[in-house]
Amino acid sequence: MNEHHHIISYGKLTGIWLALLLLTALTVGITRVELGGFKVLAALSIACLKAGLVIAVFMHMKYEGRLLRWLLFLTLVTLAIFIGFTFFDVLYR
Amino acid sequence: MSHAAHKDYAGAKLGMWLFLFTELLLFGGMFLLYAVYLKRYPEEFAAGGQQLNWIMGGANTVILLTSSLFAAMAVTAIQREERKRAVGLICGTILCAAGFMVIKYFEWSAKIGHGIYPGSEHLKAGPPGESVFFSLYYMTTGIHGLHVLIGGALLGWIATRVKAGAVHAGDFVLLENGALYWHLVDLIWIFIFPLYYLVL
Repeated sequence: MNEHHHIISYGKLTGIWLALLLLTALTVGITRVELGGFKVLAALSIACLKAGLVIAVFMHMKYEGRLLRWLLFLTLVTLAIFIGFTFFDVLYR
Repeated sequence: MSHAAHKDYAGAKLGMWLFLFTELLLFGGMFLLYAVYLKRYPEEFAAGGQQLNWIMGGANTVILLTSSLFAAMAVTAIQREERKRAVGLICGTILCAAGFMVIKYFEWSAKIGHGIYPGSEHLKAGPPGESVFFSLYYMTTGIHGLHVLIGGALLGWIATRVKAGAVHAGDFVLLENGALYWHLVDLIWIFIFPLYYLVL
């Protein structure tokens, strides 16, 4: 194995974990307040941010090459297409 | 004559990621079902969601985030040749997995005790939206729980390979892939928790 491997320090991982806990507390806080439909949007936005942190740092995606990044992008686009196109049908039928 | 075993680090990781992408699409399908039925039965979904215990769901969120931290730290430890610490951290992840399943057991048994399970008389007598909500709840958290069990077992086996010295700083892709699978389990729960326990 000659590839270069990035080693992520314990301190950085712990920092990300703290951020994830804070964002979880924020989600709970926001959804306990009555915000109507807005709270779904807020909770999902925070969930996406948390998922981004897990993928980028815990799963090392930030340090991966172009191939894995593009494949991740392709997967997310596929998900967006099948969720988006289903909703064209559900919302405007 | 002796050959070094053929190793393809990049290929092994690419294979794992391709598998994880199919997992994302699997759970994506379940979230899509959730969204479509939420649109059709908003009141029943709200009533169903409020019956779920967000404190238990929140405790499980903290447990999974912590387990994910341990798994990521185990990869750092093996890269630094800290074998004992790596084994300890993997065991920490497995303990968290066990804690998660214990809480899940209490959650599910409380619901089943109240007569709420797929095909129950209580749900058959109620509105169809409530039945759809709980079917999706059991299917999504059930398949997720199955992933927790598989991930825990996988990491247990990997811990023995690390302990035996078969996984080390020069060849750690087995632990890295096991950790990736574990992070996926955490990733899915990051969406299940707000959607089922919080926003309804």
